[in-house]
Amino acid sequence: MIPEEIVRSPSWYESSARNRIAGVLDADTFHEILGPAERVMSPHLELFDLPPAFDDGVIVGRGQLDGKPVAIIAQEGQFMGGTFAEVSGAKIVGLLRAVTAAAGTPDGVSAVLLLLDTGGVRLQEANAGELAVSETVRALLGVRAAGIPVVALVGGRAGAFGGGGIVTACCSHVVISEQGRISVTGPEVIETNKGAEEFDSRDRALVWRVTGGRSRVLLGGADSYVKGDVASFRAAAARSRNAAPPFTLETMAAEQERLEKRLSSYGDCRDTPEIWARAGLADPASVPDIDDDAFLALLSEREIKHDAR
Amino acid sequence: METFTIRAQARASLPGTGRQAIVGVVASGNLEVLLERSETGDAVVVDVTTSARGFRAVWEAVVADFIARSSPGGVRFSIHDNGARPDTVTLRLLQGVKLLETQP
Amino acid sequence: MRDWTRQKTERATRMDAAAPFADGKVVAADNATDMLRRVIKSGDRVCLEGDNQKQADFLASCLAQVDPADIHDLHIVQSGLVLPEHLDLFRLGIAKKLDFSYSGPQSGAIARALDQGKIELGAIHTYIELFARYYVDLTPNVALIAGVCADRDGNLYTGPNTEDTPTIVEATAYKSGVVIAQVNRIVDKVPRVDIPGDQIDFVVEAPRPFYVEPLFTRDPGAVTDSQILMAMIALKGIYAEYKPKRLNHGIGFATAAIELLLPTYGEKLGLRGEVATHWALNPHPTLIPAIESGWVEQIHCFGSEVGMDRYMSARPDVYFTGKDGTLRSNRLMCQNAGLYACDMFIGSTLQIDLAGNSSTVTPDRIAGFGGAPNMGSDAHGRRHVSDAWLKAGREAAGDSGPLVRGRKLVVQMVETFGEGMKPAFVEELDSLALARKLNMELAPVMIFGDDVTHIVTEEGIANLLLCRNADDVEQAIRGVAGYTPVGLARDKAKVEALRQRGVIRRPEDLGVDPMEASRNLLAARSIRDLVTWSDGLYSPPSKFRNW
Repeated sequence: MIPEEIVRSPSWYESSARNRIAGVLDADTFHEILGPAERVMSPHLELFDLPPAFDDGVIVGRGQLDGKPVAIIAQEGQFMGGTFAEVSGAKIVGLLRAVTAAAGTPDGVSAVLLLLDTGGVRLQEANAGELAVSETVRALLGVRAAGIPVVALVGGRAGAFGGGGIVTACCSHVVISEQGRISVTGPEVIETNKGAEEFDSRDRALVWRVTGGRSRVLLGGADSYVKGDVASFRAAAARSRNAAPPFTLETMAAEQERLEKRLSSYGDCRDTPEIWARAGLADPASVPDIDDDAFLALLSEREIKHDAR
Repeated sequence: METFTIRAQARASLPGTGRQAIVGVVASGNLEVLLERSETGDAVVVDVTTSARGFRAVWEAVVADFIARSSPGGVRFSIHDNGARPDTVTLRLLQGVKLLETQP
Repeated sequence: MRDWTRQKTERATRMDAAAPFADGKVVAADNATDMLRRVIKSGDRVCLEGDNQKQADFLASCLAQVDPADIHDLHIVQSGLVLPEHLDLFRLGIAKKLDFSYSGPQSGAIARALDQGKIELGAIHTYIELFARYYVDLTPNVALIAGVCADRDGNLYTGPNTEDTPTIVEATAYKSGVVIAQVNRIVDKVPRVDIPGDQIDFVVEAPRPFYVEPLFTRDPGAVTDSQILMAMIALKGIYAEYKPKRLNHGIGFATAAIELLLPTYGEKLGLRGEVATHWALNPHPTLIPAIESGWVEQIHCFGSEVGMDRYMSARPDVYFTGKDGTLRSNRLMCQNAGLYACDMFIGSTLQIDLAGNSSTVTPDRIAGFGGAPNMGSDAHGRRHVSDAWLKAGREAAGDSGPLVRGRKLVVQMVETFGEGMKPAFVEELDSLALARKLNMELAPVMIFGDDVTHIVTEEGIANLLLCRNADDVEQAIRGVAGYTPVGLARDKAKVEALRQRGVIRRPEDLGVDPMEASRNLLAARSIRDLVTWSDGLYSPPSKFRNW
């Protein structure tokens, strides 16, 4: 007998960005903008003797989710670590701006789905990449200000690190799986700068305990927790499109208050089980090891909800 | 990196009506193949950009065997390779033509 | 008149000299080096237990602290030379001669030390050869061993990694040698007695538990489509053809892929209960899905594996366990089982030449052999028959008469190109260059071509049993060598003729579609899936987690 959790396929973690898009959207509704045949590629990688990708590792376009139009952006985490760079960044920013411009018109969309899978800025295009991150943040907030929710889906190999972590935090709603990770400074970078005593990047249980999906959803760094299959991500994207808070001054003030409270409650903790113990979880050490059903039950029975955003 | 073009004649043109398709990812040990139905007659063009130098003869052998096997006339294959092994290259080429054949 | 008890007298003298540093059999960690100074004499044969998994690491560091003026010219006789301290003994001039089996992480350092004349090399053995010589001409004078805990009488619990310990202790203790054990803890009562206190002279509580590296854990997440294709080819072309029930698997990713395909692809082929029911195998986590799906009757282990203890304790019908409930492994017994009781060995290698000789030697490294040559060889002393064994023998002979003996299936799985696009098929093995450089009389070969029955690559299977001469063998190998220089130099007509004879079988000849070789076929696609399969009993080490 093959356990049901394992045959529930395909897996988000294992899928390519294109296959994730195909799995999230209604069948055959995806229309890509600047697709591979347009050959809009990085002009910089050749200088570093690196092969480019036809889509520069970012796929953007429009499609439908449960019959309603959405805009979708997916990073390919396997290409150059799914990084923010000049071309890939411009594709993201351009799509977000187009969504804002079309808000309220017949071309308007019901939501933007942001399938993050990135280590952050592409080192070979660092300046352009940093600019891309800040332009993305600005354009993303513009979309939200136009009344359109932006839903982040995080569960790929590269996680959402660096600028990807910042962009995630700006979204209306964040969906994550157990394998998903969100942070700004990556484990290896912390170890390089502060030593293995501060953060041992090879201790993968520690990495996930701090940055992983379960930790993030318990603390409010993510809003929805899903099992790691593509269908669960699709269902959560459809649900959260309607649950996103309005982008108002009140929401921002509430978010600020929420974050201040979190810092004062847990700011002195050294590791996440300490946080979970303080938050009153019965068996904090077991949180990473219980299966997805048990963890989802824990979330719902404790009614863990983090409003604002 | 190394860039070269392989030209060949297939026995027949590829069936189906799909105009273009893409398979694979430029990950380590992997490659992406963009297929476009842009060549005349049964001509086949394979543009290769690869991170591994010195394997042109291997590419030519792999492509020759592939064309003998699936006869993809009229198709241009544009490849970005990040050190894929020959069997992975063959697999992607086969996946690509299958996609192009079957898509509407 | 000759004194027939010199060894006993010598032992008594040494024990007396060491007594002041011990409280009964118990020696404090701080006194360990002083005690070793009294017990070990220059020129002794010493086994400093270095198993595949557990090593007497604390005693090794103590021995490295003795003054080479006092103790020198030791002859080290141990299976694994894997710790930096093991090499230090030679560098510092404490040890001189070496007989061993396996070096793994120290393979580069050994080659350098040999080159600089720091080591006088006796021989490189397979495990059971060295164990055998412990009882003939390499009997240790002193054995420094490792266990999990001991009581004050010296009764020793080795833990699941029993490995080489009983073999070493038996040879030493019954030939007037001295046996010293380092343990993680000294306790009032051990959970089970793996070695009776009668055979242990001293016990030392080490400041730190001995370290065990997870050597046999292969992350399903890293299994590639090519490895899955090779596994499909092997299952259809070898498992389904010969139906080997008793077998050993290597530790590479290709065999891990086979293990992960048993409950899916293997089930589809109807092979459950027909093949791979009884194993001589380390506790591979990737076998959990097959065990849970009812494929596996019984497994005997060379050693243990980090994280598998609770799972194995909960599956005593499958694994060998003590009355305390934990695994009992034994390298000598398991190697013997692999040699005589198994119908098939299937594993990976790095290089294969045109005669089918295979080697894992890379330039400037001496990694030794471990147990692979025994697993991967036909035991000419075997007399009992099995269907798989007879079928292989008859294929080789082209005859099925009453004097045609069987053959063990020895299958080498290799991707035509290895790391960094290095061809796996070569005209000459790298080990020949190494042998020339170090003036070795016999180049290190892991498995000789005359023992290999099949070579599996992503291009298909070469069945060497059906080859009738050296030219057949060469062209069969070239025929599955793909686009490597060796493969491109094939004689196409001969290769096609071999294919007609069934010597070479391509995926399409077997009905295997390379397009179907996808990770969706794996019964587990991640370490987390293995934990799920094990019902939470498998607890993988942190480095393998992504949750």
